[in-house]
Amino acid sequence: MSKQRLLVIGNGMVGQRFLEELVAKTQAYDITVIGEEIRPAYDRVQLSAWFSGTTVEELTLCDENFFHDNGITFLTGTKAVSINRTAKIVKTDTGMELCYDTLVLATGSYPFVPPIPGNDKAHCHVYRTIEDLEAIQASASSSQSGVVVGGGLLGLEAAKALKDSGLVTHVVEFAPQLMAVQLDDIGGALLREKIEALDVRVHTGKATQNIGTGTTARYRLNFEEGDLETDMIVFSAGIRPRDELARSSGLSIGERGGVIIDDHCKTSDDSIYAIGEVALWQGKIYGLVAPGYEMARNLASTLTDEAKTFSGADMSTKLKLLGVEVGSIGDAHARSEGSRICSISDASRGVYKKLVISNDGKKLLGAVLVGDTGDYDSLLQYSLNDIDLPEEPISLISPQSGDKPVLGVDALPATAQICSCNNVSKGDICASIAAGCTTMGAIKTETRASSTCGGCTTLVKQVLDAELKSQGIEVNNDICEHFSYTRQGLYHLVRMHGIRSFEELLERFGSGNGCEICKPAVGSILASCWNDFILDPKHVGLQDTNDNFLANLQKDGSYSVVPRIPGGEIGPEMLAVLADVAIKYDLYTKITGGQRIDLFGARVDQLPAIWKDLTDAGFESGHAYGKSLRTVKSCVGSSWCRFGVQDSVSMAIYVEKRYRGLRSPHKIKMAVSGCTRECAEAQSKDVGVIATEKGWNLYVCGNGGMRPRHAELFASDLDDETLIKYIDRILMFYVRTADRLQRTSVWRDNMEGGLEYLQDVVINDSLGIGEELETEMQGIIDTYECEWKRTINDPAALKRFEPFLNDDTPDGDIVYVRERGQKRPARAEEKQQLKVKEIA
Amino acid sequence: MSMASNAERSEALEWFDIAGVDDIIPGTGAPARLGDKQIAVFRDKTNIYAIDNLDPFSDANVLSRGLLADMKGRICVASPVYKQHFCLKTGECLEDATVNVRAYPVTLRDERILVGIAE
Ligand code: SRM
Ligand SMILES: Cc1cc2nc3c(=O)[nH]c(=O)nc-3n(C[C@H](O)[C@H](O)[C@H](O)COP(=O)(O)OP(=O)(O)OC[C@H]3O[C@@H](n4cnc5c(N)ncnc54)[C@H](O)[C@@H]3O)c2cc1C
Ligand code: SF4
Ligand code: FES
Repeated sequence: MSKQRLLVIGNGMVGQRFLEELVAKTQAYDITVIGEEIRPAYDRVQLSAWFSGTTVEELTLCDENFFHDNGITFLTGTKAVSINRTAKIVKTDTGMELCYDTLVLATGSYPFVPPIPGNDKAHCHVYRTIEDLEAIQASASSSQSGVVVGGGLLGLEAAKALKDSGLVTHVVEFAPQLMAVQLDDIGGALLREKIEALDVRVHTGKATQNIGTGTTARYRLNFEEGDLETDMIVFSAGIRPRDELARSSGLSIGERGGVIIDDHCKTSDDSIYAIGEVALWQGKIYGLVAPGYEMARNLASTLTDEAKTFSGADMSTKLKLLGVEVGSIGDAHARSEGSRICSISDASRGVYKKLVISNDGKKLLGAVLVGDTGDYDSLLQYSLNDIDLPEEPISLISPQSGDKPVLGVDALPATAQICSCNNVSKGDICASIAAGCTTMGAIKTETRASSTCGGCTTLVKQVLDAELKSQGIEVNNDICEHFSYTRQGLYHLVRMHGIRSFEELLERFGSGNGCEICKPAVGSILASCWNDFILDPKHVGLQDTNDNFLANLQKDGSYSVVPRIPGGEIGPEMLAVLADVAIKYDLYTKITGGQRIDLFGARVDQLPAIWKDLTDAGFESGHAYGKSLRTVKSCVGSSWCRFGVQDSVSMAIYVEKRYRGLRSPHKIKMAVSGCTRECAEAQSKDVGVIATEKGWNLYVCGNGGMRPRHAELFASDLDDETLIKYIDRILMFYVRTADRLQRTSVWRDNMEGGLEYLQDVVINDSLGIGEELETEMQGIIDTYECEWKRTINDPAALKRFEPFLNDDTPDGDIVYVRERGQKRPARAEEKQQLKVKEIA
Repeated sequence: MSMASNAERSEALEWFDIAGVDDIIPGTGAPARLGDKQIAVFRDKTNIYAIDNLDPFSDANVLSRGLLADMKGRICVASPVYKQHFCLKTGECLEDATVNVRAYPVTLRDERILVGIAE
């Protein structure tokens, strides 16, 4: 029997999830997918991240081989234009006719654009696809101001995008308040206040009559009363199901649109199903992805003869809009009969919290949170799992943290839904832990929990920790057996207690004698705090061999020498010095990946002489051996390049000299590019600076290496002074809070609150430590000295470079052969041969 | 190992004067020559130890440059190349007991370090 033909129209978030669920269950179908967009499904929920540098590839939901590997025919850039239900044939705009036995509509929805005359002008946009975002970005680059029509969830997201593009931003809302679906009037008013404080102008109760030509800007929005001028417009006034195919083929459609489905996602035609935002279930269209995923799961079951039904989905949301925390749970508007309300509102902190409680006071029906969503997770659990409320429900949201009844994850039943996007219960997570997933990453891959909106991450982590603990596996963040502290904890102890040596720290806060984990970590912390000479007798035993000999150990026990070449700029005289030194000591030379020159194959006992020659000629240590600033890569910039808009070389040299020698949790790399072409690859660095017409864009937390990560745009168009101030603060905050051997990328990925939190700390000084960080950094800068210069002039330190305690002849076991005119360490068999020859 | 054999060995030891105690900074190691062998001599707060300098994993003479590590009470050095731990008292490798190095007896006389080697 030939396979059943299954045709899927639409490859969006839900269509894709359906495919994945189905192929995981059965190979019984011959599947064809028609997708109108030119690319496979991507994460629309995270769409806005595109503006801050997340690439389309990163947003894509499946890997490139998914369709091929599963034998699915995928027609991209192809639109279905009609369904012939009798013949069971779908026609496409490319003229194809595709037969089906079963048809699935996953066509999603489209943004509704109010029928305002002028809404089709050039700089009017919607916000749904990658192409929409590209168009918005293009408009923004030639605009000073922008208006978002619609003050709902998506509208505020669009407003953030405009604001971040540097436009004067307005939100125009028809209703009297913002986010009318999720929030009550008090919550909406508070949200407005907060957003206005961020300089986004909010206009509620305004219906736009038409869009005409402006006098001070490109366009003018005319309201019943008043008007508003703007260079561009984004419409975000709700969504409408894309039910046109269903309509024209005579399927049952809801009064206000949407393809009517039953509990098995079946439409009025037995061979046709609908899922996602196009589907209308019990009179409801869900504008969220989780219910769509639930439908996808159920349909996959239905098509494999498992009896599962769709029974509705939760619409609660927690988000951060323009930096303001907002949460809405269940019956936010207290529409349930007899429901009661209790709320607190703290104008000074800008926090509003409301609980909607059942008539008998026992259950939580809904909640609204603005300004602080810390209680969201536990409230959601009360509401989803019908958990009995405490005597005084208000205690759940009262600010006195002490008497707040904690709903530990232990209290949750196994059926409790932890991840609503992917319908993962506590039981599912525990099962995956029992099956060996003991990290967040493993749980994510296994169960999909926290892989969509990420809102449940804390809760998943809590379940993981609690479960590991109950299995007797201790969740241990101690740095090693000698200190029951994290690196961050040790840093604070050193600073607060003014501790100047490892011995002192060990005596007061540790046990045993220390090891190769805690010693270098503490060595680095002491250097970050006090900048003492690292080869001081009291610190020397703490340093890894590289720091210990101020050079990088190579496989044969020899070392490499890397002088600093700030910004990669080096004149011919200095090049000649390097050449002379390399010839004199017979060193292998190579240009590194960091725009400088590495000299390899120096014995320990040769290092001081080599460095004497180098420092005499004006070179300094390049700290290639340290967990510290490595290089600041530069491009030639405006001095030579015909596209350069700023002097990137001068900036790179300035930055490299400023932070040279700063000891940190891991190495730090930076780069400065002279224009947006980005020849210095700043977006792959811990700190990346890119010149703009108006100043500098600052990127942070990028990484090359084993797990590449694009840096994120931290702030735009900064002047020199602000740029440096921000870098000072970011670096010092990193030095304070990162784990041992944690690059900024991993530090950032683990940072609760993410980039916005870091921006808050650095730009808005939300922790009030901005000046402190700058002062600490200044202390490091003021006490900088070249470690090699210091060493050469310190007889005690030099003693350690002697070949042997009792002999001055160098180590004869280091043997070289020559290749391409330079030396390289002899391989084991070559060494053997050389020895044989010697004897002979 | 029986007491007898121990005693036998100590009788057959030849002692070499390597260096003064203060030539090694507490908490670090330093290399020395013992005939045609290289040894790594370490000093912690209270004791002096000596083991082979050759790291069997990298085949380089580097153990004297490793960090001293207290591994649950056992005093070890972590090889600077690939970080295996060697017990300073016995030469045993904690990660792989088949690749131990030799440990040498050490005594102090008049603030001088003496290392013993079987004849
Ligand atoms: C010499 C050099 C390779 C070369 O011949 O070009 C090099 C050599 C080493 N790299 Fe590298 N890396 C060199 C550029 C890079 C780059 C490119 C760059 O800096 O633009 C990267 C990727 C960029 C990045 O770090 O984000 C790079 C990513 C790594 C990593 C992976 C780091 C990560 O976060 O994934 C390591 C391992 C580590 O640090 O744990 C590493 C470690 C090392 C070590 C230290 C390994 C070791 O312990 O022996 C190498 C010894 C350096 C030496 O002996 O001097 N090296 N390494 C480059 C020196 C640049 C310089 O002038 O200082
Ligand atoms: C900016 C933004 C932020 C969002 N944030 C959240 C959030 O935080 N939380 C949340 O739960 N939800 C959020 N959503 C909503 C979420 O993205 C949707 O619920 C989800 O994408 C719906 O999936 P879908 O597959 O039904 O529709 P879609 O993802 O829209 O996919 C439908 C696909 O079908 C294609 N198609 C349509 N008609 C045809 C045709 N005739 N022929 C071929 N192809 C066709 C479309 O081009 C599209 O690619 C957000 C949406 C946006 C735009
Ligand atoms: S980044 Fe810009 S200035 Fe620098 S070299 Fe490239 S094009 Fe020129
Ligand atoms: S709730 Fe969205 S990913 Fe879990």
